[in-house]
This record gives sequence, C-alpha cells and structure tokens, in this order.
Amino acid sequence: MVEVSRHDIIIVGGGAAGLRAAIAAAEADPSASIALVSKVYPMRSHTVSAEGGAAGVAREDDNFEMHGQDTVKGSDFLGDQDVIQYFVEQAPKELALLENWGCPWSRNDDGSVATRAFGGMTVKRTWYAADKVGFHMLHTLFQHSMQFENIVRYDEYFVSKLLVEDGACRGVAALDIRTGDMHAIVGRAVILATGGAGKIFPFTTNGMIKTGDGMALAYRAGVPLKDMEFVQYHPTGLPGTGILITEATRGEGGHLKNSEGERFLVEYDYGVGQKAELGPRDMISRASILEMEAGRGIQGSYGEYVHLDLTHLGEEKIMSRLPMVRELCKIYAGMDPVHQPIPVRPVVHYMMGGVDTDIDGATTLPGLYAAGEVACVSLNGANRLGSNSLTECLVFGARAGLHSLEFAKGSAAGSDDGLRAQAEEEAARVDALRGRKKGGEKIAAIRHEMTSAMESGCGVFRRQESMGAAVEALVQLKGRVSDLRLEDDSKVFNTEVIAALELHNMLDVAEVVAVSAHHRKESRGAHTCRDFERRDDQNYLYHTLCYHDPSGPRLDKKDVTLGRWEPVERKY
Amino acid sequence: MSESKKTFVITRFDPDKDEVPKTQEYEIPVHEDWKVLDAINFIKDEVDPTISHRWSCRMAVCGSCGMMVNGEPKLTCKTRLSDYGDRVIVEPLANFPVIRDLVSELDGFMEKFQAVKPWVIRAKEEAGAVSASNPPKSSKGTFVQSAAELAEFKQFSLCINCMLCYAACPVVANEPEFLGPAAIALGHRYNLDSRDQGLDERNEVFRGEGTVFSCSFANECSEVCPKNVDPAAAVNQAKFGAVIDWATSLVLPRPGASKEGGK
Repeated sequence: MVEVSRHDIIIVGGGAAGLRAAIAAAEADPSASIALVSKVYPMRSHTVSAEGGAAGVAREDDNFEMHGQDTVKGSDFLGDQDVIQYFVEQAPKELALLENWGCPWSRNDDGSVATRAFGGMTVKRTWYAADKVGFHMLHTLFQHSMQFENIVRYDEYFVSKLLVEDGACRGVAALDIRTGDMHAIVGRAVILATGGAGKIFPFTTNGMIKTGDGMALAYRAGVPLKDMEFVQYHPTGLPGTGILITEATRGEGGHLKNSEGERFLVEYDYGVGQKAELGPRDMISRASILEMEAGRGIQGSYGEYVHLDLTHLGEEKIMSRLPMVRELCKIYAGMDPVHQPIPVRPVVHYMMGGVDTDIDGATTLPGLYAAGEVACVSLNGANRLGSNSLTECLVFGARAGLHSLEFAKGSAAGSDDGLRAQAEEEAARVDALRGRKKGGEKIAAIRHEMTSAMESGCGVFRRQESMGAAVEALVQLKGRVSDLRLEDDSKVFNTEVIAALELHNMLDVAEVVAVSAHHRKESRGAHTCRDFERRDDQNYLYHTLCYHDPSGPRLDKKDVTLGRWEPVERKY
Repeated sequence: MSESKKTFVITRFDPDKDEVPKTQEYEIPVHEDWKVLDAINFIKDEVDPTISHRWSCRMAVCGSCGMMVNGEPKLTCKTRLSDYGDRVIVEPLANFPVIRDLVSELDGFMEKFQAVKPWVIRAKEEAGAVSASNPPKSSKGTFVQSAAELAEFKQFSLCINCMLCYAACPVVANEPEFLGPAAIALGHRYNLDSRDQGLDERNEVFRGEGTVFSCSFANECSEVCPKNVDPAAAVNQAKFGAVIDWATSLVLPRPGASKEGGK
C-alpha cells in the first residue's frame, strides 16, 4: 500500500525558487509543516549553474522606474507591468536578505555590495559573487534552510503526478528513487518550483535535469502553459557542450567578433545601437546567426561559431571577476581566455514561458502555485533580461510561499483514502513502465528525434513551415513514446524509468512550444519568424495560453497588463 | 574528430539481486575530447540502459558525478579521458555505502553537513554599538564587508559538496563517523565570515568527538578537491581555533557568549 505523509505545503523543486518559498513559509509560520520534494539533492539544482548575477536597484544613479522600463522594453512589451513594478521594488530587499544570510557578494572598496553592467540594463544593477552567482545563491539558501525544523526534505523523490481532489490540488504522487516505491505526499497547497525545460533542445546550457517536469505536471492537470513560444537563446555557449559563458564577460567589457576580427555589433546595424555587446540576448543571438549566414562565422569541429574576446581585459580582471569562465574554457574548450578569444555560439538557455500564474504565484487550479522558471508570472514577456531571473526566483518564490501558506490555512486537508487511491493508480502506471520489455522504441532515440525537431523548427530564426514540421514530428513522437522498451526492471535507483517519465514530460512541453510558436504570426522578442518579420501589436499583443486537451494542445489568449510604459518600437 | 576505443570496467551492484558488487566491461568508441562522464552517458544511452549513475550540470559545479576512476576520486565531468589508457575502471566513491552501481548513499554526509550549523548565526538583539563582532549595515540593509574580510572565507565557500574529499580521506575510511573535510570547511567558512556570530556554537561542535581533532592531516582531501577549496587548511585552522577558543574561555569567560551551543 502506498504510504501517505502529511504536510501543510508541498514544494516541488529545491532550487532558488523552491528554497526561497520554503524559507518564507517556514519562517512565517513555525507550526506549518513544509515538504521540500526534489528529484535531486537541493544543492544539485540547476540554479547552481547560473553565473553572471542577480538584478536589483542598488546605486544612487539608479531607481525602480529605470529597472522597470528596462525590463518592459527587454520583454518587447509582453511583460505584465504590475508584475514588473512589484518585482523591481522587491528585488533589492530580497538580495539584501540573501546578503544577511551569508551570500558572498563581491564588494566595492567601501565594503558595500558591488554591481556590474548587464545586457539591456541601463545602469550597473547586477549584484554578483564573481561569476558563480547561482552557485553561491543556491548554497546560501540551502544552508540557511537547514536551520528550520519545519522544512522536511524529500531528497531524490520524483514527482510524477499532482493529486487533485474536489477541484483543488492537495498533494503529489512521488516516486522514491532509492526504493522505487510511490508515496503520496499530501497537504493543503502545492508549489511547483522545478525550473525550465532546456533539454527539449539538443544544444543547451541546461543540465540533464531540466526536463520541464513541473510544466508537464500542471499542463496535464488542466492548468494552461503561457507564452511557451518564447525560448531564450543565450548568445555565448561553448560549441559542442553548450556550456554557458556568462553575459558578465560582456558586462566586464568583452567583445564579440566575427571571422574578420570585426566587432559586428558595432560595425553592422543589428538594432542594439550604442549598447553593442550590452544589448539584449535575443538581438545578439540573432546577430551572431546572421554573421554566420553572411559567411563571417568561424568553422570548428562542432559547427560554426563567433569569437568572444576577453584578451584586452587582462589576467587580473579575469581572475577576480570571471574566474569560472577561465576554468570552464580551459577544461571544456582547451583554451585560455586570457590569451585567446573564446569560441561561442547561441545556445538554448531559458524558457520565458511556463505555468500561467498571477502575481501571487497562484495558478488556475486552486491550491497549486508556481514560481521561478517553471512559472510564467509574466515578468519576462518575450525576452528576459540577463540577471532578472535569479532575482525572480527570490521575489516570486517568497511571494508564492506566503500566499500558499494563507491558502493552506483556509483549505481542507483532503482525504487520505482518496489521495492514496490516486497515488496507487500512479504507482501502477510506473510499475507497468519499469522494465517494460514489450516495447520497440528506445528512450535515447526518441529524445534525439525530439531535440532535432525542436532545433530545426524552433531555433533562433523560425519559419511557419519549419514550425509546422516540428509540430507534426512531435505528434508522431508522442505516439511512438507509448511503445517504449525499458531494460531495467530493478526498483532500486532505476534511472531508466525516471528518464522515461522525463521523456514524456519533455514531449508534452516541446509540443506546446512548437504549437504556440507556430500560431504567433509576428516577430517579438525571442520569437523571430522569417515569414512575419515585424512585431504586430494590432493582432498579437497578448499572452498565448495553451491547454491540454485529449485531441491535442488547445490555444487561447490572455491580456497583457499594460501601464505607464506604452508599447513603442524597440530600439536601443 | 578522431575516435579510438576504450574498455570501461564498471562496478555493478543491485541490492535486490547481488550479494556483492561485480564488474561489467564495455568496449566503446570514444572521442578524443570526451570526459569520463561522456563515456558513461554513451554506455547508458547506447549500450546498457540499466547502469545507474548521477550527473547533471556537466560543467563541474553541481557536484553530482563524483566517482572513483582508476582508483582515484574524480569529478567525472571534468576528468579527461585522454589522460587514461585503454582500460578505465569506474567505481562508486570510496568510503560511502553504495545504493546501486555508481550511486553512493549521502545520508551520513548530509547529517554531518547540517551538524556544523552552516548558516549565519546572529544574536537576536542586533541593536548596540558596532564592533568587530557586530558589523554595520548600510542604508540598503546589507552588512559592510571589506574585500579583505570577504577573502578570509571566500575560498572555503567554493565547495560543491562532491564528496571526493571523503572518498580520499584516510580517517573517514577508518572512522566513518568523522565529521570530515567538507563539513568542517563549511563550518569554518561561517566562523570566518565577518557577518557571523556563531563561533562559540560551532567550536562547541568542533570540540566534540570525531571532528577536527580526529584529522591526521594527511592532506589527501586538498589534493583531490576539484575546486581548490583546500579543506585540509580549513580543518587545521578550525582545530587551532577550537583550542584557542577553549583555552581563552577558561581564563576569560565572555558575557553573552553561548556556552551551550545548539539551538
């Protein structure tokens, strides 16, 4: 029989958003029991890989209005302006809180917290801890969380289903990876904080674990995914591996160069104007691809690339501000950025879209919340500015933690028997999948076909035809995935069955991305369609919603919350 | 891209089926710029999907993929295959119980980690004179911390919890309860942080059995650390700190200092 454990709030995901939510709720009500459920130990969460920094107004020459305006413009006017206003006001408080908790932020000479320049930001407002910001934020949050006795961790539990009763989310079915047993972890509210879905693409900065699990869980429970067509390509990933080379390299003065040695963002008109290397990511990624198409890329064994030149910064600056970049280049590109330019190409980095939430993190399903990259609270619109997302995890993680706590206080607990029965059904589904020898399809093969379809259909530049082909390919693959063959029938730490569950999740998410992209017949932010090269506010100034339907994804619209910043042409 | 073949000898263990661990050999084509992890992932995807191992970031920061490679603890995502010959032996990290195949059990490690109170401890009452143990806050609500004060602990804050140091530590091998290099370095990191006031509480922990004084200073931990954290230095400094703190407390009882430890 499936074991049932009870808490007040269940948080799925142990990265920055999940930990911040857990701490907020645990601190606000020491009598509340908070379950923190993650498929990995929290310090392995992908927040760890973020490098460059976290944005929040800190300097005298900066203010909330400027941070807000930069974010709205960066979003290509698809960000919700009430959300953005709240975000910029909370950002410095959250970052200061992290400082109080021990985050080793880099410092100015007077001992105050230092800030650096970042793409699309008009002033230096990105807080940093050298170039290991995500690592330090994650470890600070995780270590700080350990003092709360009311945070109960479920490390290495894979959540495969949301438990819904009487129209409210009351828990999760979670597979204990170590034993292979299914558990019902039940309570009065659930927060999804599982991060993004970069692994639906072949070339990504994301770690192996970024398989869109939370997006798929919500989607299958009837909650719409929002703005999923907006996939951020980071301009500077290492060819081959896709390992991230932080935007802070450009914030610190690095230059992008083509095969002719030209700073192409300065020499040619790519819309970034005087900002040059400090332009937003969508524009710089497009510029890099166009340089390659114009024959000014450099050929390498992993395809074409451009150069990111840091050699003029000097060894001292690189070692104090960008030590990890140097380490990564040496290990994974076999070169030293102190002496040579770094080979880089645009790489899938971040999902602007996600589970549709309001400003409190609440979804359309009562009791279900989401925060961080898994969510789409509409801070980032069609293009996120670098260094806004780590802060987003803090601001909206905390808010979701507090609001879910309020919700939990007024919510019924749900029945043990009913929720157990649901988890038992889920256990049977996973049992049938484990060691399923009657199928004919290989996980790795379907995964490979999926990522290829996404790259050719939903890359930096898209065409109606290529997006349509991706949609068709995904429909096919979703049919084939029901015929998987699994070899591993052991219950103990069976990573094959986890990979199969993740593959199902990725296919759902990938299909939503392709369908949402195919429908948007304009170019806005990171969604660049060659058949419709201009932004079309008349017809497309809305959020795309995508609902799960037995007959396939169903699209709908949601208004953008505008405000003081009227949509104008986005020029830098 | 040039390819060659290598044979991987991988530890297999399923507690439901095996009494003791066994090995299985896989001969596969490898690329010259592969890391050890790339080869294990290739085997998992293309040859034998029943192998269990942990990994995620593949950029040496998440700390998941520590294993023994030819007998030495390595972070497999940053370990070049070209440094090895035709046969590469991959085993789970030494000095840890094994859950399955290459997957180690972390329960003990996580307990040790928590035992050093790895969070900023501050006295409840923060009002009063600014002093070395009560640094000022700026108008933004952040503590003032000089670059020199940051440098005091920065190195010890770089640990990714990959546990290679436990696999290398001769004391852990004989005394599994030993608090160990990473946990001691972490506690010491907070002790050195100008924002923290928890020195007494942590020194209480460090003076307990199986902690800093168990270290034989073999320095193996620092040699295998993939992030140059130098946990051996942290352990040595912590040892010194714990003694000094204890000795001074005998002659100079400090008002307000917590002697009990714990929360």
